[in-house]
Amino acid sequence: MPEVEFQGKTFKVDEDGFIDDYNNWSQEWVQFVKKEEGIEELTDEHNKVIDVLREYYEKNGIAPMVRVLSKVTGFKLKHIYELFPSGPGKGACKMAGLPKPTGCV
Amino acid sequence: MSDLPKPEESLSKLDHEPPRTGWMDAPVDIRKGMYCYSANPKSLNYTGFPHAREWNPIEDDWKLPENWQEILHRGFRERLDRFRSVKVFMDICVRCGACADKCHFFIGTGDPKNMPVLRAELLRSVYRNDFTLMGKILGKLNGGRPMTENVLKEWWYYLFQCSECRRCSVFCPYGIDTAEITIFGRELLNLLGLNIDWIATPVANCYRTGNHLGIQPHAFKDMLDFFVEDIEEVVGVKVEPEYNKKGADILFITPSGDVFADPGTYTAMGYMLLFHYLKERYGFDITWSTYASEGGNFGFFTSHETMKRLNSKMYAEAKRLGVKWILGGECGHMWRVIHQYMDTMNGPTDFMETPVNPITGTVFENAKSTKMVHIMEFLADLIKHDKLELNPRRNDHLKVTFHDSCNPARGMGLLDEPRYVINNVCNNFYEMPANTIREQTFCCGSGSGLNAGEDMELRLMGSLPRANAVKYVHEKHGVNMLSCVCAIDRAALPTMTEYWTPEVDVTGVCELVANALVIPGEHDRPTDLRGEDLPGWAEPEREETDAE
Repeated sequence: MPEVEFQGKTFKVDEDGFIDDYNNWSQEWVQFVKKEEGIEELTDEHNKVIDVLREYYEKNGIAPMVRVLSKVTGFKLKHIYELFPSGPGKGACKMAGLPKPTGCV
Repeated sequence: MSDLPKPEESLSKLDHEPPRTGWMDAPVDIRKGMYCYSANPKSLNYTGFPHAREWNPIEDDWKLPENWQEILHRGFRERLDRFRSVKVFMDICVRCGACADKCHFFIGTGDPKNMPVLRAELLRSVYRNDFTLMGKILGKLNGGRPMTENVLKEWWYYLFQCSECRRCSVFCPYGIDTAEITIFGRELLNLLGLNIDWIATPVANCYRTGNHLGIQPHAFKDMLDFFVEDIEEVVGVKVEPEYNKKGADILFITPSGDVFADPGTYTAMGYMLLFHYLKERYGFDITWSTYASEGGNFGFFTSHETMKRLNSKMYAEAKRLGVKWILGGECGHMWRVIHQYMDTMNGPTDFMETPVNPITGTVFENAKSTKMVHIMEFLADLIKHDKLELNPRRNDHLKVTFHDSCNPARGMGLLDEPRYVINNVCNNFYEMPANTIREQTFCCGSGSGLNAGEDMELRLMGSLPRANAVKYVHEKHGVNMLSCVCAIDRAALPTMTEYWTPEVDVTGVCELVANALVIPGEHDRPTDLRGEDLPGWAEPEREETDAE
């Protein structure tokens, strides 16, 4: 598994740059993905999305469906794409330390 | 999709001119965008697959076990003995080429090794060399070649560029089922830990939680509860799905993609509304299961044993709950597994009855052996007996076409029922050209576990023939909605249309049904299930009796 170093921390990542383990997530990881995603500034809205994703994941062991994320945060899908240019999966879930969903999705 | 060329550019690069060198002398070139990541060793270990390890398809060293040739040879031998079909398919091909231009991956990539005949020849050449007398004597003269690491890499690359859709088989004068050759080849690759992650991880998830996405029971219920709320908002009725209900008449099983990914989630809402309607009107008694929570079976893309293992939960749950039969949702390969393997694999069942529609009394004789009825058969029967109050005008803003999902069409012969249903819930239905539908339907380009993100070029080029037919009806009739009865389709076709025909959206058939279904106690429904306004839908005039 490839490794990345950022602000003194080392993270193992998969081919798409998702963190290997939810428990290895940290604020440095957030900063790393922010840079990778080309997000200029992390706002309360970014943090809200991340908090919702992590809370849901801790309860359910899976990322929420996009419609749930949209409803709970109150952000339309279009706005989530504005916040995370790679979208809710490859952008927001990655930053929140969640694994990629697989299957008929 | 951002790093992909524009559609016109992709088309202009497409070249079907065969190379001058013989195919055996053309080494495999594993190209980014055309292959899926290797299986996560954790997932392989979870289901007990051998030789789980980290390896990278584009690196030279695949970290194969030392005796890989011996393992493969033994695996080949065992399967030739076990599956008469494989032996026959290895022997009888006369290389007439009738299949050559029938494959969506060949049409879309121009790569000669994607001609089904040549893809199969990758395996046949080794078969001739290792298992036939003529091959042993004549070697290359007889089309044989020894198994080398390069040959193995070629197998891997091209066996994961076949979606097991079986379109080529329709045209084979010998009836060779080329999907079975891919299934066989992938099974051999799995003996060496050479799976792709988009298959291996769903398989592990499914083994652990009952579904590909790894949805646990409480989360499954949570997701359906979310739809309950949305339905209440859009339709104005509160549906009450049953979960794991012992003694229910019928068990419902559908792909987990329907409860997770758009637009499948609207298909799931469609099922829920239909069941609510039938319960209110006729006392219909059906339950969802949080254990048999997956219709699909990515084990089918792995090995016979894995397919059997993942499939077994359907009958196990039916037995535990004591249902009379099972109703299956809009899934693709699920139906090939059910129709062609389930009965002998995990059946026959002695605890269920030949399915009878409790509302119409119709006996589904065709489902006598499996005890599983397709929701399109069930719906067609209800409509035929006039048991549904439908207002197709609510779908008038849509011009609909239907993509026959490969496995229901070619794997079980489900051709007319979806069309009958759609024609009863929509006023504007247009068929795509005859050689792209029904038995001859073109694959979405992402079936058999290839619907990952990293192989996007393969998926989009593989979807070209389907997209071309969609474009045709879009331009000719203004079609703006592509309907289908498969969860991989619902996941893959929106990506396809976004690239090739952005004016066309994708829907499951049950979403169309629920939009037309007049639900007892519903309020005004000026929107569809997606909450989008129905154009031209006049607000009925309200009586202002309680106005101040």
